[in-house]
Amino acid sequence: MRKGWFLPIAAALGFSFLYAPIVSLVIFSFNENRLVTVWSGFSLKWYGELFNDPQMLGAAWLSLQIAALSATIALVLGTLAAVALVRFRRFKGRTLFAGMVSAPLVMPDVITGLSLLLLFVAMESILGWPQGRGMLTIVIAHATFCTAYVCVVVQSRLGDFDRSLEEAAMDLGAPPVRTFFDITLPIIAPALVSGWLLGFTLSLDDLVIASFVSGPGSSTLPMVIFSKVRLGVSPDVNALATIIIGIVALGVLAATIIQLRSKPRTQI
Amino acid sequence: MTTRDPTIPPPRRLKPWNAVERGLARVGISGRMLVLLAPVLWLLVFFLIPLAVVFGISLANKQFGRPPYTPLLTTDEGTVQLTLHLNNYIRLFTDNLYVAAYLSSIRIAAIATVITLLVGYPMAYAIARSSDRWRNILLMLVILPFFTSFLLRVYALTGFMRGNGVINQFIGLFGFEPLVMMQTDFAVYVGIVYTYLPFMILPLYTTLVKLDVSLFEASADLGARPIHTFLFITLPLSLPGVIAGSMLVFIPAIGEFVIPSLLGGPETLMIGRVLWDEFFTNTNWPRAAAVACAMLVVVVVPIMLLQKAQGAVVEK
Repeated sequence: MRKGWFLPIAAALGFSFLYAPIVSLVIFSFNENRLVTVWSGFSLKWYGELFNDPQMLGAAWLSLQIAALSATIALVLGTLAAVALVRFRRFKGRTLFAGMVSAPLVMPDVITGLSLLLLFVAMESILGWPQGRGMLTIVIAHATFCTAYVCVVVQSRLGDFDRSLEEAAMDLGAPPVRTFFDITLPIIAPALVSGWLLGFTLSLDDLVIASFVSGPGSSTLPMVIFSKVRLGVSPDVNALATIIIGIVALGVLAATIIQLRSKPRTQI
Repeated sequence: MTTRDPTIPPPRRLKPWNAVERGLARVGISGRMLVLLAPVLWLLVFFLIPLAVVFGISLANKQFGRPPYTPLLTTDEGTVQLTLHLNNYIRLFTDNLYVAAYLSSIRIAAIATVITLLVGYPMAYAIARSSDRWRNILLMLVILPFFTSFLLRVYALTGFMRGNGVINQFIGLFGFEPLVMMQTDFAVYVGIVYTYLPFMILPLYTTLVKLDVSLFEASADLGARPIHTFLFITLPLSLPGVIAGSMLVFIPAIGEFVIPSLLGGPETLMIGRVLWDEFFTNTNWPRAAAVACAMLVVVVVPIMLLQKAQGAVVEK
């Protein structure tokens, strides 16, 4: 077995496995037939149906708000945590802190969801807050696991860059806070953007945790999709998926192009 | 809002910060503590304490009412009483449903992880050995599905594998009988491999791309066959990536809920699904909490393995 042909073929098969179901999903979103997998002609009617579905639109709007809020909270918390982990070499409880930051990355969703719900119920009966469950509790839950992702992204960027720039600023008399805002923040800005976007997409995608911590009347988009898909195929979900995939593809493409363009400059 | 003249340097903007910092330093609060304060508090309240609450409620009993579990602490005429119930845990070990669900989750997750490794390793290797231009495109193609909704990708698979789905229509063209793929363990394996493949490829790629090409050349010059070079040089050196990738698939797969409930059949037992049903269908919160605690015990060792391997992946 020579590697000459084995690797390209294995990679080609792997990538077709990754993409064939997505491609077929997109194709069948333009299918006229109600049976998702039987082709009977080109049509945009499922897109029309999607945009006339108040439940779907309401859930989408709620999910977008939750995603933006929790990504922003996670951006602040995750950046602070990353600064602490990279810049403060030793402090009391560092191991525990590092563990707490990274554990939500791999914690099974059902455990995260259940534990937060039980916390909210206990807090409500002891403190009277949060009253009931809904958008607020979902935002808190999402911000918690997104913090871990932001922290990982920012941590790697903080670890990469030249510390002498920060040291120069401090030598010239800038206090640490000023150094952070004027020197560190602009340098890690790309990591902040990708951390925020990662948090945003992860929040938008979450079904399990939101199902636990949401209340009546606050169904997120994945919850609505799941209840539809559970009953069988529905072509409007195909249409929705196509729109989401299109947006994501454009976003990732743009990010990659920007990254490739900016590479030569950083290498000088 | 006033517009700022860009030629004026902004030193004044942060002057209040200096005063705040000095003031805080006087009472013994350092900048470090301020940086740590918010994330530490948040994670304590919304990550660590919830796990403790889960453990506490797993020792309660189900009751009708709000909340649907018995209180652990009761005050009775001035004395505080602590009531702990172990029956949830006893049930976990004596009821065959739970034992079977744990074992079958571990089995399904382990088999799926091995398949993901076998599919992902050649892909990661091919990306690592490709030219600079191709490498970025291929990496983007790996990351793209990761950003696309997990739920929608599982849904895409159902359209692919169902009775009148794409695969069956395709093999039907050649006169083959349609295959039953949905609602089987097979579909669950495919689902896990499909959705977690990027998690396997990325750490593998990170270790493989850093390997020194001269090692392979030396091995080939000394007459080793490619398969031997791979087994004795490439594979051992990429072991941290193998472990990190495998744990990134194995740990979440154990607690997976969406994949078994959309792709698996009624007999596909997975612990994430059992927990979900215990909570939402039976509204037995203490039992669900006990299931969660037992699941944590199962994933603790893999999480520790992952932490160690990730350190090694980043360092090299």
